[in-house]
Amino acid sequence: MKSLRRIYAIFSKELIQLRRDKMTIRMVVMIPLIQLLLFGYAINTNVRHIPVGAVDQSQNGLSRILMQTISATRVVEFVARYASIQQAQSAIASAKVRAVLVIPADVSQRLARHQSVGLGTPPSSDEETSRPVAQWMVDGSDTMIAGAVKSLRSMPLTELLSKPANRNTPTFEVTLLFNPEQRTAVNVVPGLVAIILTMTMILFTSAAIVRENERGNMEMLIATPVRPIELMVGKIIPYMFIGALQAAIVLGLGKLLFNVPINGSLWQLGVVTMLFISASLTLGLVISTLAKNQLQSMQMTVFVLLPSILLSGFMFPYEGMPRFAQHIAETLPATHFMRLIRSVVLRDAEIADMTFDTFWLIAFTVLGLLVASLRFKKTLD
Amino acid sequence: MTEYVIQVSNLCRQFGEVKAIQSLDLNVERGRIYGFLGPNGSGKTTAIRMLTGLLKPSSGDIRVLNYRLPGQAQNLRLHIGYMTQNFSLYEDLTVTENLRFFAKIYGLTATGRKQRIAELLDIYRLGHKAAQLAGNLSGGQRQRLALAAAVLHQPELLFLDEPTSAVDPENRREFWEQLFDLSDRGTSILVSTHFMDEAERCHKLAIFETGIKRADGSPDELMRQMGAHVVEISSAHLRQLKQQLTRLPEVISAAQLGSRLRVLVKDQVSDPVAFLRQQDSLSAEDRLEKVHPSLEDVFVTSTGAGRP
Ligand SMILES: Nc1ncnc2c1ncn2[C@@H]1O[C@H](COP(=O)(O)OP(=O)(O)OP(=O)(O)O)[C@@H](O)[C@H]1O
Ligand SMILES: [Mg+2]
Repeated sequence: MKSLRRIYAIFSKELIQLRRDKMTIRMVVMIPLIQLLLFGYAINTNVRHIPVGAVDQSQNGLSRILMQTISATRVVEFVARYASIQQAQSAIASAKVRAVLVIPADVSQRLARHQSVGLGTPPSSDEETSRPVAQWMVDGSDTMIAGAVKSLRSMPLTELLSKPANRNTPTFEVTLLFNPEQRTAVNVVPGLVAIILTMTMILFTSAAIVRENERGNMEMLIATPVRPIELMVGKIIPYMFIGALQAAIVLGLGKLLFNVPINGSLWQLGVVTMLFISASLTLGLVISTLAKNQLQSMQMTVFVLLPSILLSGFMFPYEGMPRFAQHIAETLPATHFMRLIRSVVLRDAEIADMTFDTFWLIAFTVLGLLVASLRFKKTLD
Repeated sequence: MTEYVIQVSNLCRQFGEVKAIQSLDLNVERGRIYGFLGPNGSGKTTAIRMLTGLLKPSSGDIRVLNYRLPGQAQNLRLHIGYMTQNFSLYEDLTVTENLRFFAKIYGLTATGRKQRIAELLDIYRLGHKAAQLAGNLSGGQRQRLALAAAVLHQPELLFLDEPTSAVDPENRREFWEQLFDLSDRGTSILVSTHFMDEAERCHKLAIFETGIKRADGSPDELMRQMGAHVVEISSAHLRQLKQQLTRLPEVISAAQLGSRLRVLVKDQVSDPVAFLRQQDSLSAEDRLEKVHPSLEDVFVTSTGAGRP
């Protein structure tokens, strides 16, 4: 009872201080808003309109039609022509274009015999017929761009000669569940909830204890009967509401602006989000008991934030990372939440089916609170 | 039988090489105002922090209100109030919000809280500032607020660390009136200061220098047992006189006070006026007068030993 009253005292004090801190309030709203707009519009893994050049050694009508056909895919856009391969290479080196299409002088013969135009299926051992129509030189340093150009490798050229298509039956039939249009925002927006919460929740609480020290409030505070655990709990509760508000902003605007559906139930979403918020807040508290000043707490926050962005599955699929990176990722609350929120929001999964990630977040919170309370000593030594 | 609220024996605290407090013995009686008098860096704050359980002693025994420190610090906290040397309430909270916060922390019920806060705002004349941020208060108002927060839960024992350092003489006098009110109602008070006039108001005091307690007792006792005579000299050449007198081994110090020179002479000299008369530096028209020692004289005498 006394303990609850003291937690309430800390909680209401934090709330008043927060309300007076205009800068923090602005951050609470602006961070999710701006990040959502930035990431929502900017991150796009479907690469389009790559600026490319051409070296046309054949100079006939066919080469022009070939380039038009390629442009029609919208993957690339021809912006320049070069007289020689050397010129083209230096244009790539100076990043004027990202790739160059080299059309050989004998393009007509090559095209005529090429299997993609469907003039029978010659034996593959035949040197003459297995030659490609033209060559791409690509700036391979950016793997996304290279991948996009590579995807043009086997594009059909049937329209080119207005011949009926000789459709090959694909080996695999692929059905895209949950995001059939392959819109990046669908995957990015729920992930963004995890990133923004990691950032703001750790940032706010990592300064919590340090600030009391820096402003000279600590000496009086620790001379009172307040217990470390009461102080910790009282300090994180106001930020739980803030975290929930931020998650609502991101998901709400994500639905409005990017049409990202929320397929799962709202209360399941609420539960996993609150679990993650608690885990992040206690991580911030642990940082706060380690740091000597606000600069140090900021540095430690960044130290946690970067792997959370890069390894949690937000940017790159978890499965594609090397084993040791996966181990690091597993320790981060963001990784577990990333799985949970994407599953709930996009795939209508049940928490009951993801007990590992759920329990992991709970365990992290409890452990974090314990460590922070034990580390926080009520003395000045 | 006298009851002690603070009993300390052989208390030491070091910060690396610095000996902030050296073998301190201390007994503070219940219901008294006990003063710590000492210059900057003499260890007053360090001693108070150890007595409130905020710092661990390097060695020695501490009993405060019969709780052993630092072990039982948590139990002690409900019974003591502490006003820190630097303002440590929340500057971004209003006067009332600060008091409400500490009232909740000390476990006052909602009705008790309201009543007590109204009472404190009245006693410490903060009613008209109740809705103002603590950061915008004047020095005197801040100090009254800090005192109000420290006595909110009606502690038996109050620690005040240089409470009046940022306060004008008028407010200082009023502040001491309030301390006497608290004392009359049975609160034991330990207060540190570097003002002589404040030290003189204490029932008892201890004089500190470089972490060592040089003397303790009531101000009267200390003045009576000072071990030196005080002679005031009126002369036209005070500055030369001062230089010449301080060279004598029998003279502890000589300080100029306006047109007079206040000279402390060791008490192995039985007649200090006659002794000074003999000195060549004095001329016939100079007037000498033996006066009662002040606390400042006590302070100078007892801390002189540490000086080169
Ligand atoms: N946390 C600390 N770390 C290192 N040295 C310290 C620490 N606290 C105090 N000291 C040293 O201990 C000595 C006593 O300091 P203390 O603050 O107790 O003096 P004080 O009498 O309160 O002085 P003031 O009148 O200036 O407040 C000083 O030499 C000081 O430098
Ligand atoms: Mg001090």
